[in-house]
Amino acid sequence: MLHLSRRTRIDLRNGLLFISPWLVGLIVFTIYPIFASIYFSFTDYTVLRPPRWVGLQNYIALFTEDVLFPKSLGNTLYYAAFALPLGMIGSVGLALLLNKKLLGMSVYRTVFYLPNILPTVAMSVLWIWLFNPNYGLFNSILQQLGLPGVPWLTSPKWSKPSLIIMSLWGIGGSMVIYLAGLQDIPEHLYEAAELDGANSWQKTWHVTLPMLTPTIFFNLVMGLIGVFSYFTQAFIMTNGGPVDSTLFYMLYLYRNAFVYFKMGYASAMAWILFIIVVSLTALVFKSSGRWVYYGGALT
Amino acid sequence: MAVRSLEASGAEALPRRGLREILAGKKARRYIDHGLSHLVLLITGFLFFLPFYWLVSTSVKPNDELFLLPPKWIPSRLVWENFPRAWNYIPFALYFKNTLYICAFNVVATIISCTLTAYGFSRIRWPGRDFLFMVLIATMMVPYQVTLVPTFLIFKWIGWVGSFKPLTWPAFTGTPFFIFLLRQFYMTIPLELSESAKIDGASELRIFLQIMVPLTRPAMATVALFTFLWNWNDFLGPLIYLSRQEQFTISLGLRGFLTRFGAQWELLMAGTTITVLPIVVLFFLTQRTFIQGITLTGIKG
Repeated sequence: MLHLSRRTRIDLRNGLLFISPWLVGLIVFTIYPIFASIYFSFTDYTVLRPPRWVGLQNYIALFTEDVLFPKSLGNTLYYAAFALPLGMIGSVGLALLLNKKLLGMSVYRTVFYLPNILPTVAMSVLWIWLFNPNYGLFNSILQQLGLPGVPWLTSPKWSKPSLIIMSLWGIGGSMVIYLAGLQDIPEHLYEAAELDGANSWQKTWHVTLPMLTPTIFFNLVMGLIGVFSYFTQAFIMTNGGPVDSTLFYMLYLYRNAFVYFKMGYASAMAWILFIIVVSLTALVFKSSGRWVYYGGALT
Repeated sequence: MAVRSLEASGAEALPRRGLREILAGKKARRYIDHGLSHLVLLITGFLFFLPFYWLVSTSVKPNDELFLLPPKWIPSRLVWENFPRAWNYIPFALYFKNTLYICAFNVVATIISCTLTAYGFSRIRWPGRDFLFMVLIATMMVPYQVTLVPTFLIFKWIGWVGSFKPLTWPAFTGTPFFIFLLRQFYMTIPLELSESAKIDGASELRIFLQIMVPLTRPAMATVALFTFLWNWNDFLGPLIYLSRQEQFTISLGLRGFLTRFGAQWELLMAGTTITVLPIVVLFFLTQRTFIQGITLTGIKG
């Protein structure tokens, strides 16, 4: 036993008592599940019978036999490749416009932000109706403009672009974060740039955007984790179809775990996802030295 | 560095023009700039608003005006009966009650567990504290997919699947993100305050309840608001753990509505409006806490 002073011992006891709610959670809901999940991923486990050790079988099957696994990974990467950059450009752009402190800014901010807090299910139900090929909002507008309708969610070619368009309705959340980032940029930088004769475009390009890169970086990392969790919209709106064109990673994982009860297989999928997310995040971190500007430390 | 590179390009242009000219030009450019910004914002704002309009207008449309081409932008009469009809089509009242129960439980339990834990991590100095705090930060990086299956199996073994318990009781173990947030707040409160209370013989629990809790109400409001919002909007949790109709949350109920009465759009949209309304009202009532919360934490809804 360590020799701690009476005071330290009391503090240790109190400290542990105060954090005990989280400590219990750490053991039960984090540490145990992590190890259990690693173990399950090497087993064949259908809940009804005890897990049976199969070694690397699940991993091998995922990469060699299962056609839906690469499909779901590809769908997710497709979605990420468009939804992330488009969302980023859109939210940074809106934040830059709102930062000009124009008249009616709080109204605009509310309109842009509100979709972001709606229940995902409600939003999905609404967008099924908007995407309705015959009487939905979008095809009605296209028709009134004399343009041909788009099959949206009903065609494998359009289903993913449709969901990407829908995701743009939710960029208000990142917009508010960017707006906060913009308001942290010290005024004297703009004054200095103005003294040097910079116009507003040059100020945006050479002052605002470099100063905003830490926020962009943060949102990018969060976005990467987010796209791999993309589930509810696809589950409600298309349930993976048509012809598996919207079978996203998490949707396929969910099916394996809770529809087919292949718990071992689903656990292997979870670990592959973990490795992908960690590598992508590491890649972003590694590249950040080149494009993230930490001049903000001056403030 | 970026600023310095501009010196060369702009500096020599200045002396050639008169001051008044420059100011007038600047003002004109400002007008154009603001005008263009307003234009872009108006168009984008209109596009963002359209789905809301379509939602509400469909929910008050008479059934025979839903399927018209070109669409009827403004319903010829407002059919408010769609709301009570939707409300009674599925047991909405019950779903509301279930959802509110889950939300309220989570808010209370999360506040209790997170404030206590945050206090232990910030106001008491004990060996091993900083290490465990690092562990807490690390757990935030673990994607929920990894723990999903074993967590489900735990609840299955103890027979909780099919009840509200897996959706409520875990809240007593805290949310790392909120613990982190509250800890940041507690750190800003001068330690002397606790020290003097300790000299007066106050226990840690008393300092926590009588000093820290009253001083950090805004942070607690943020935690409460986002806990409520997340639970109100959660779908995967209820989907996995609840199976009986009478336990459904609003999200599950609305999905059931969709799969069973898919083509009755006026009722579906009325139901969706009913689902969305509490969140919209909550947003307008707590707008400042909301925006502050996102700004503070970088969390989205």
